[in-house]
Amino acid sequence: MSTAVPTQVGEPAGRRAQRKRGGPTQTTDRTKAERKLALMLCAPAVIAMLLVTVYPILYAIVLSMQKVDLRFPEESGFVGLSNYGAVLSSPLWWQDLFNTSLVTVTSVAIELVLGMALALVMHRALFARGTIRTAVLIPYGIVTVVAAFAWFFAFDPSSGFVNNLPLIPDEKAWFGNRQDAFTVIILTEVWKTTPFMALLLLAGLATIDEGLYEAARVDGASAWQRFWRITVPLLKPALLVALLFRTLDAFRVFDSIFIMTRGSQDTESVSILGYNQLISRLNLGLGSAVSVLIFILVLLIAFVFVRFLGTAVPSQGDKK
Amino acid sequence: MQNRRPVAYLGWTLALGAVLFYALIPVLWLVSLSFKSPATVTDKKFIPSDTTFDNYTTLFEGGLDSPLLRPLINSLSIALIATVIAVTLASFTAYAIARLDFPGKTLILAGALAIAMFPPISVVGPLFDMWRALGLYDTWLGLIIPYLTFALPLAIYTLVAFFREIPWELEQAAQVDGATPWQAFRKVILPLATPGVFTAAILVFIFAWNDFLFAITLTSSDSARTVPAALAFFTGESQFTAPTGNIAAAAVLVTIPIIIFVLIFQRRIVAGLTAGAVKG
Repeated sequence: MSTAVPTQVGEPAGRRAQRKRGGPTQTTDRTKAERKLALMLCAPAVIAMLLVTVYPILYAIVLSMQKVDLRFPEESGFVGLSNYGAVLSSPLWWQDLFNTSLVTVTSVAIELVLGMALALVMHRALFARGTIRTAVLIPYGIVTVVAAFAWFFAFDPSSGFVNNLPLIPDEKAWFGNRQDAFTVIILTEVWKTTPFMALLLLAGLATIDEGLYEAARVDGASAWQRFWRITVPLLKPALLVALLFRTLDAFRVFDSIFIMTRGSQDTESVSILGYNQLISRLNLGLGSAVSVLIFILVLLIAFVFVRFLGTAVPSQGDKK
Repeated sequence: MQNRRPVAYLGWTLALGAVLFYALIPVLWLVSLSFKSPATVTDKKFIPSDTTFDNYTTLFEGGLDSPLLRPLINSLSIALIATVIAVTLASFTAYAIARLDFPGKTLILAGALAIAMFPPISVVGPLFDMWRALGLYDTWLGLIIPYLTFALPLAIYTLVAFFREIPWELEQAAQVDGATPWQAFRKVILPLATPGVFTAAILVFIFAWNDFLFAITLTSSDSARTVPAALAFFTGESQFTAPTGNIAAAAVLVTIPIIIFVLIFQRRIVAGLTAGAVKG
């Protein structure tokens, strides 16, 4: 795709001449011109995407097999897979991977339930549909860092209102232990991203034929049965796409942990670990090994979704 | 049916109330904190007992050296430039995919999708190293490039979905009626394409405005640091005062435009977010 772009888009005069002649040559010529134009139009975006993702990930793989520590530049050199060995044999990596998976699974599960409820509420809206849509879009639009600060300040033992609520001990230190810190981190993630889930599910709900529900009702199906027998099966494609995107997104969790705990109390995620190695310790070799491992894990998650769960990834290319 | 209506309305009102409450509570808490003085910031009350604007004014004291002005300028400029470039490039690509027939269409869409799923942390290290070598570290361009790239898939998918809906025959019809190709494009196609382009622009802008990871890894000073990164490095006026009030005030300032944005463009945002994902 990054090959040299053809110089000319095709000459209209020549095309006109050929059209008169007719026959198969005309179509091939037009097809060629169209292909050239298409390549020229796509080239800038494709090149940009390759340059900022494919090239750096290859570079990361190269870095990950070297000892590159910007604090000790003279010690650089090829070390094979030993960086990976160092990462994979460190308890910290496994701890962080567990933390990341915990945040991902818990927040996506809660989002799915809440998002579904929200989507059904919006779908069956009797009035004020616009108001509710605006309300749920606010968390989506808010900067993640701001959302993290908002919830951090809400739970902060010295200034937050949460500890003033009934049933909650006044002096509870939410960020002083792992479990409570994770509760707040997951709450923040859920708050910020449930709208996205709800909107995707709402769009899926809109594609379901209302007549099916009518027919089921006539046949005496309860609301519960209608939900499980009609809504869920027909919503499955939209549901899986939403789950895939949210799972991958949640797996990158970084902003809220960085703001709330910076990874203390054993709340570090793999992204935080990568950041610490790369930017705080300037250990590009070890950090790149972490980066490549995260990349492989993301590939694996996407693969599982597409292959085993049958997620029909939106591919509009073959639609028409 | 008739006698069930009041119950349904009551239930709906409760649901609406619950959703509004849930969505707005942290925002309201930030607003409350931002008006509290250092003496009352720890009183844990929702309504500030004494209101002050000091938290806001100190953010801008000292002009360009103030805590928030430079980051605000950086954030706005970087997000706007990235948006314009990304939407332009994505329009070209989306036009080709929606209207032209060529091999590799599916490949481009699949590639874009792969990049939408790409973990940014995986390229942060190499970009950090490359940008330092190229002199892009701690510059606007150093952030614009990753933002526009990571936003391209979203923009392409949104625009392809919109462009597919445009009745392109109208262009030819206008030309048959005597319009020049340029007129046909400007008067017929452009008005039809604008909503899609605009939607894509909103989504890209929100993406760039929201980013934190690139902002803290590829900058080191206020010369390119954006608001989210600046917020994370805010310090109090002295080492004994927590900058809670200031952070809250800055957070409110960057949130208000987003809320206004969402209020005005909610239909488009929803259409754009769901354009690529549901039909398939």
